[in-house]
Amino acid sequence: MSEPLFQIRDLAKVYRMGEVEVHALRQVTLSLDEGQFVVLLGPSGSGKSTLLNIIGGLDVPTSGQVLYRDSDLTQADESTLTAYRREHVGFVFQFYNLIPSLTAVENVALVTEISASPMAPEDALRLVKLDERLDHFPAQLSGGEQQRVAIARAIAKRPSVLLCDEPTGALDISTGIVVLEALQTVNTELGTTTVVITHNAAIASMADRVVRLADGRVTMVEDRTQKLAPQELNW
Amino acid sequence: MRLSALNRKLLRDLWSMKGQAFAIAMVVAAGVAVYVMYQSTFASLSETRRAYYERQRFGHVFASLKRAPQRIAADIANIPGVSALETRVVSGVTLDLEELDEPAGAQLVSIPANRRPRVNDLFVRRGRWIEPNRPDEILASEGFVIANGLELGDRVPAVINGRLRRLTIVGVALSPEYVYSIRPGELVPDDRRYGILWMDEKALAAAFDMEGGFNDVTIALSPGASSEEVVAALDRILEPYGGRGAIPRALQLSHWTVENELSQLQSFGFLLPMIFLIVASFILNVALTRALALQRPQIASLKALGYGNVAIGWHYLKWGLVIGAIGVAIGVAGGASLGTMIIDLYNVYFRFPELRFTVPLRVVVGATTLTFASAGAGAFGAVVRAVRIPPAEAMRPELPARYRRTFLETPLVSRYLGTAGRMVLRNLARHPFRAGASIFGISFAVAILMIGLVFTDATDRLIQTQFWEAERQDVTVNFTEPRSSAAVHALARLPGVVAIEPQRTVAVRVRAGHRERYLAVSGIPPAPRFKRIVDRNGEPIRLPPGGVVLSQTLANALGISLGDIVTLEVLEGRRPTRRVEVTGLVDDLLGLSAYMDLAALHRLMQEGDVTTGALMLIDTAQEPKLSATLKETPAVAGTGFKRAVLRRFREVLAANLGLSIFINLLFAGVIAFGVVYNAARISLSERSRELASLRVLGFTRAEISLILMGELALLTLVSLPVGGTFGYSLAALMVGSIDSEVYRFPLYVSRQAVAWSFLGIIGAALVSGLIVRRKLDGLDLIAVLKIRE
Repeated sequence: MSEPLFQIRDLAKVYRMGEVEVHALRQVTLSLDEGQFVVLLGPSGSGKSTLLNIIGGLDVPTSGQVLYRDSDLTQADESTLTAYRREHVGFVFQFYNLIPSLTAVENVALVTEISASPMAPEDALRLVKLDERLDHFPAQLSGGEQQRVAIARAIAKRPSVLLCDEPTGALDISTGIVVLEALQTVNTELGTTTVVITHNAAIASMADRVVRLADGRVTMVEDRTQKLAPQELNW
Repeated sequence: MRLSALNRKLLRDLWSMKGQAFAIAMVVAAGVAVYVMYQSTFASLSETRRAYYERQRFGHVFASLKRAPQRIAADIANIPGVSALETRVVSGVTLDLEELDEPAGAQLVSIPANRRPRVNDLFVRRGRWIEPNRPDEILASEGFVIANGLELGDRVPAVINGRLRRLTIVGVALSPEYVYSIRPGELVPDDRRYGILWMDEKALAAAFDMEGGFNDVTIALSPGASSEEVVAALDRILEPYGGRGAIPRALQLSHWTVENELSQLQSFGFLLPMIFLIVASFILNVALTRALALQRPQIASLKALGYGNVAIGWHYLKWGLVIGAIGVAIGVAGGASLGTMIIDLYNVYFRFPELRFTVPLRVVVGATTLTFASAGAGAFGAVVRAVRIPPAEAMRPELPARYRRTFLETPLVSRYLGTAGRMVLRNLARHPFRAGASIFGISFAVAILMIGLVFTDATDRLIQTQFWEAERQDVTVNFTEPRSSAAVHALARLPGVVAIEPQRTVAVRVRAGHRERYLAVSGIPPAPRFKRIVDRNGEPIRLPPGGVVLSQTLANALGISLGDIVTLEVLEGRRPTRRVEVTGLVDDLLGLSAYMDLAALHRLMQEGDVTTGALMLIDTAQEPKLSATLKETPAVAGTGFKRAVLRRFREVLAANLGLSIFINLLFAGVIAFGVVYNAARISLSERSRELASLRVLGFTRAEISLILMGELALLTLVSLPVGGTFGYSLAALMVGSIDSEVYRFPLYVSRQAVAWSFLGIIGAALVSGLIVRRKLDGLDLIAVLKIRE
């Protein structure tokens, strides 16, 4: 532990939404270590998702720098970013973003087919306890199950980092806990650095490091030693 | 082979939009079908013709003359470039077939009894070749035999040079010279009333007092020889023997007709499918743009998963290509069956030993290439736009669409517009390209339908002008050779003849500079009762007392205008040559024609009241009796009863136009349905939320249907006049392309044609609108509101 996986310096992002200018990130400086379970906390509009998208190579900052290991993501061109996402990053979104026309196992295969040394799609689904529902289409799965397919899809390529944007945001408590368990399993069993965005402060209790954002700025970074299991969380 | 996950997604996504995909594929299929139909028909016809010509040694140069002695054949054979020749006796005769009311005619062509012809050999379908010293044996053309239900051994009564002879059919034959055969002076072929009979050359020569001579020659050229030079040399040799001017194969009637058909097949076989494919590519673009907008989150996911722009772009491009491939498959099959129908029709008019429909591989490859190019082009823009969106942005829902007031919504209009009307207008104005694409597509459907109907109108016009304004007689009689006016007086006394007008036509070569044409000049009496000169609108033209009046087509062919001087070389009688002023041009529907004042024509010919035929008004009750009498009149070479000619003309056109109207109706329906259905589905998909919201607010089904249907109705309505204009131009283009030196089509669009084509398209639009409207009834209000945009 403690090797920094990401080093972020003076990161800023300005959006233009029609006629309005939105400052999503203002001079954010932060580092994330390898193997950590990181929780990004903040109210909506605080810049969490923008930060996550930039770390994940889905978006580019207006200014500032993001180093992934030794490479500078802010200098990378589109094909380099695509390759970066393909090889190193796993994404989990609030609304799962599964391909509705593909079954659970096919959604995972979508990733394993383009990765260098993936796990078998069935193994990835077993890890999130969905080996009974391989051939179900997203519409035949509950929200929690869909999110676990998304997690399986994200980790099947054995990424260096798993980025989760409000993974439990659309779920009730009990399904949310099952999803968080799946994330924890991935973090501990595979050692994948995991970054979870949430506005639910309770989830912070299972993190190694908690980063709070507000209005595009980092307001607090807390390293924790006492981690709770998901079922122990107090929503 | 295992399908990759992405390809499975492709198939399932396509399946989920199967209605739309199928509608677009059908438009593609229509284009492919037209292409395959025309191009394969072209290939089948031209290949069949090439092989037939080669096998039967079809000639390259043809000439007819009054009479030349056999020894001249050696001079002709010595013309450089001539590889083989056949001298013949050819003459028109009247046949006395009992089953027919009107006299039938035939072309008698001599063949050697002891060998096969070196040029224009016959293909013997059944029976055998004629035997020497059996002067009454003949081979008869297949079309004539079939049409009259004749058998081998049957006897055909023919009036040969004034004597009735019973000719025995010993064989049924076809000739490359008569792939298309038509009675001289008629507009459509009639196998019942006109046939070709091949007879022993000695017997035929004897019958026409041509022993030791000939009146027709066909020549085959050696490879590389110039037919122009041979024609010129042949003309010089035959001049003293009453040569009527040699013609190259290109001007031989049968060849020319087939050639004309081929060139039409080729030009429409490219133009029409191209327009179909452009329409298809437009609606594919519109459909994919919408489908990809719905796929925004999925595109974002794929990008997040590490799929590159090229992989994603290719994935979506394949949507277009798969739809195109389905279109190709349906289109090739459809085009093949339509092509078979066209070939069946050709088999009625064109006589080949075997004309079969085949679809050459290169046509399929061509259709596939054109389709993929157009489907690819249609999909490409939509795909590039969708893929170009940065992944983080694609993940966010699309910005709410920006609407504005349209320029049409002036305070005055707004008052009458209502909410629904406003929504319709603004929605159309927000997607001008999409609206334009739909309008283009529907307009094209209107145009296609109109073209079919325009030809019906044109035909009616042609009949009206030609049969009722220009030639008002009931019966046309042609004499075997020029006669004195006494012959006309004799005809006037026949039963049933009410009025009669003599006719004088003279075969000439018209020259202007280095250009020339062969045709007949008609002598017109000062106050013509029957045969008048009329322009293409059926308006009679007054004949100037001097000079010659030419058809506009002839003037164009000769490159001359009013007031110019042309040289008339008469090809009969004393063969005078005169320079004559062009005192009138008539823009008529016939091809090459020339008219002179009758008296002036007699002066030119240095003759008295000579006639070559007569035009008669008759008492129709006496028609059978008159017909029977004319059949037995030796001086009569041929007769044409307007009633029979018209009936036949209508039959032929009904078959031709019936098929083409059917094909056009089919295609117009497919396009109109496809375009409107596609537009409706897109509107529904974009606005189901909005419409469901309105339902929740208490709008009735009828009211929300009005918004959706109103948009389709407006698109259709705007398309009608655009399509009408488009159809008119396309019809003008088609009519122009068959504007030939034989006949022309008038371009005339009746109100009925316009009305029917509009109604047809409104009907197709209505059907597809109603199908989509049924989906509106099933709108799940709660679910629609829950779906995240």
